[in-house]
Amino acid sequence: MRIALFATCIVDAMYPRTAQATVSILERLGHEVVFPPAQACCGQMHVNSGYLKEALPVVANHVEAFSSDDYDVAVAPSGSCVASVKHQHPMVARSCGDTALEARAAAVGSRTYELSELLVDVLGVTDAGAQLGSYFPHRVTYHPSCHGMRLLRLGDRQSRLLRSVTGIDLAELPEADQCCGFGGTFSMKNADVSSAMLADKTASIAATGAALCTGGDASCLMHIGGGLSRQGSAVTTLHLAEILASTVDSPASVVGDVRVTTGKATR
Amino acid sequence: MSTFLGMPSLPVFGSGNLHATESFAKAARHELGNGQLRANLGHATHTIRDKRLKVVSELPDWEQLRDAGSAIKESVMARLPELLEQFEEKFTARGGVIHWARDADEANDIVTRLIRETGETEVVKVKSMATQEIGLNEYLEEQGISAFETDLAELIVQLDHDKPSHILVPAIHKNRTEIRDIFLREMPGADPALTDDPAMLAMAARAHLRRKFLNAKVAVSGANFALADSGTLAVVESEGNGRMCLTLPDTLITVMGVEKLLPTWQDLEVFMQLLPRSSTGERMNPYTSLWTGVTEGDGPQNVHLVLLDNGRSAALADEMGRSALHCIRCSACMNVCPVYERTGGHAYGSTYPGPIGAILSPLLTGIQSEENSSLPYASSLCGACFDACPVKINIPDILVHLRSVDVDSKRGMKKVPSQMDAGMKAASWALSSGKRLGLIEKGLPIGRLAAGPDKKITKLPGIAAGWTQSRDIPAPPAQSFRSWWAKEHRSPDVKEAPAPTQQKEDQA
Repeated sequence: MRIALFATCIVDAMYPRTAQATVSILERLGHEVVFPPAQACCGQMHVNSGYLKEALPVVANHVEAFSSDDYDVAVAPSGSCVASVKHQHPMVARSCGDTALEARAAAVGSRTYELSELLVDVLGVTDAGAQLGSYFPHRVTYHPSCHGMRLLRLGDRQSRLLRSVTGIDLAELPEADQCCGFGGTFSMKNADVSSAMLADKTASIAATGAALCTGGDASCLMHIGGGLSRQGSAVTTLHLAEILASTVDSPASVVGDVRVTTGKATR
Repeated sequence: MSTFLGMPSLPVFGSGNLHATESFAKAARHELGNGQLRANLGHATHTIRDKRLKVVSELPDWEQLRDAGSAIKESVMARLPELLEQFEEKFTARGGVIHWARDADEANDIVTRLIRETGETEVVKVKSMATQEIGLNEYLEEQGISAFETDLAELIVQLDHDKPSHILVPAIHKNRTEIRDIFLREMPGADPALTDDPAMLAMAARAHLRRKFLNAKVAVSGANFALADSGTLAVVESEGNGRMCLTLPDTLITVMGVEKLLPTWQDLEVFMQLLPRSSTGERMNPYTSLWTGVTEGDGPQNVHLVLLDNGRSAALADEMGRSALHCIRCSACMNVCPVYERTGGHAYGSTYPGPIGAILSPLLTGIQSEENSSLPYASSLCGACFDACPVKINIPDILVHLRSVDVDSKRGMKKVPSQMDAGMKAASWALSSGKRLGLIEKGLPIGRLAAGPDKKITKLPGIAAGWTQSRDIPAPPAQSFRSWWAKEHRSPDVKEAPAPTQQKEDQA
């Protein structure tokens, strides 16, 4: 299968390892990954802040970049950005009166998948340890991001994949379904409420005794990780794709105070 | 009287207690500082949340019920003028009197006139959102009429000269010790030995209210539903105090928003399953009172209904927002909302707090009325409210819609664009081209330099300072993925890919 990677702007600019890990997983399964170079961003920051007019060129760019017959499906390591591509892009085009773009956006959305959705539903991955060689000998907790959970209905796809990683010690996160408080510009416009939500999330994470918190959305992880860092916590965050890509021979590089339980895992 | 709904060419926006008088962010800051409030709210919302989940999961057809509730409400909104006329005809034929009120002032005037006609200066009240919305109690007080709330929680709030902070549990922000103190201070004849035992508190309220019920000649209520095919009104409550008000006095005046109609009796079966489970987490509602006009020799002999617009026609005219009028005031959205849980209801200013309030208030008043434009931003768009809503109001989508209405309404108004406006414009330019984003990403090493040896950014200026108030930003990477891909990625020899599994239909 030819799979087009939508890296998402935040991963592209801030967390390139997450995209590299996504490529590595897909190539390991024998698929070809392409990177449409015209891609930039899904535009949900604009949409969710009410700037639909400013979102339109961003949406149009994404639709143009991914309107190619050169690939079978597109994938992004983000529930939120995929939900935006699927649900918001046609809406933005419609509300700006561009019906042609609306139809093209819907077509792009219909073949765009979130990573765990692609792995489980399309590529048939049920055992990451066996099929991907995933190896990650750390105590980890998992935050299911809101948009993956409620807009894409990912269910337990991500946690099932994590559970099947060899060596992982997955600790249940209390109140896991509660929002971390990011919400894009909400974190700045309503910084106090957002911070209060974040404080409860980081307290839940600390209660698990996990060395790190994983999830499927780099933006939520940046928010949670930023809070943990500010609080001086030794707990860090790592995207799910990097855990799945981690192997005995090439372990994920984990920063922070992670207890090393194998000679091969790096600090 | 004929129907004037929809006649004015300009929307008539709502007035009364529908406004935030300071921005949500500011109001939230005060409320977040109140540790007792947060403890009370956290405890109460989690208890109701768990109860609701339990009783909802018992019903195998819950999703179909939600679909039915949503479809019925949608059809009501599409046929509102016709259904209102049908209701008026049936209600009038059974001896009831209909009054039409365009806004809060008109409704308050009508109710005052009707009470004056009875010669009474005291009325008992059934818990009602519509009368809270129009500020009826305050208005009546100015006119020399005392209105006594009879719902236990409304009574607590009224005795404390406070405002409700939740539409179902108005005193959710108070714990039982605080309630005991209010009773001792404000309730005439309260036993000084009163403890904070809930049973004792309930008995004290009962003794206080019983005197009011037995003397009342006039009652004022709201209504949960109105059935167009029979002209029947319905009140759904838990305590039986509403039933007392609806049956004992001679005169009953009901104030109801025009959107509360249901086409037929049979439609009620859907809502009597949806409402109790969503609101109190009960399987069946304890006291459901239904009345159709006047029954000679039984119950109130003067029955009035004030049909209230107060911005509802304006909300109905908003294609994206109109489904907010489907709301049956169950409060499930606020009970699951992480923002409401932390700020409480007062931060929203309006009678309608929480996620539904964040859309309903600005829809009723117009987005630029007072500080209501800040309300649609009072959400992280986590979507918990949409999942909990028994009539499937897509609150997150309407929040986003109202944000765009707000942004668009301010375009061209400002001499100097706000930081947000300027930032969004620049980001739109940068993020609508892979080439431009790639060029900007060449600057990542500068960010790395700025982050310094501890590899984090801890202070940002302007609106971004909101982020660094409680979070760091990691040092950016040395190069972007895009750059790595172009320079370093080497495609492996593609092996034969494993046969893809059948794609699920819903994923196609």
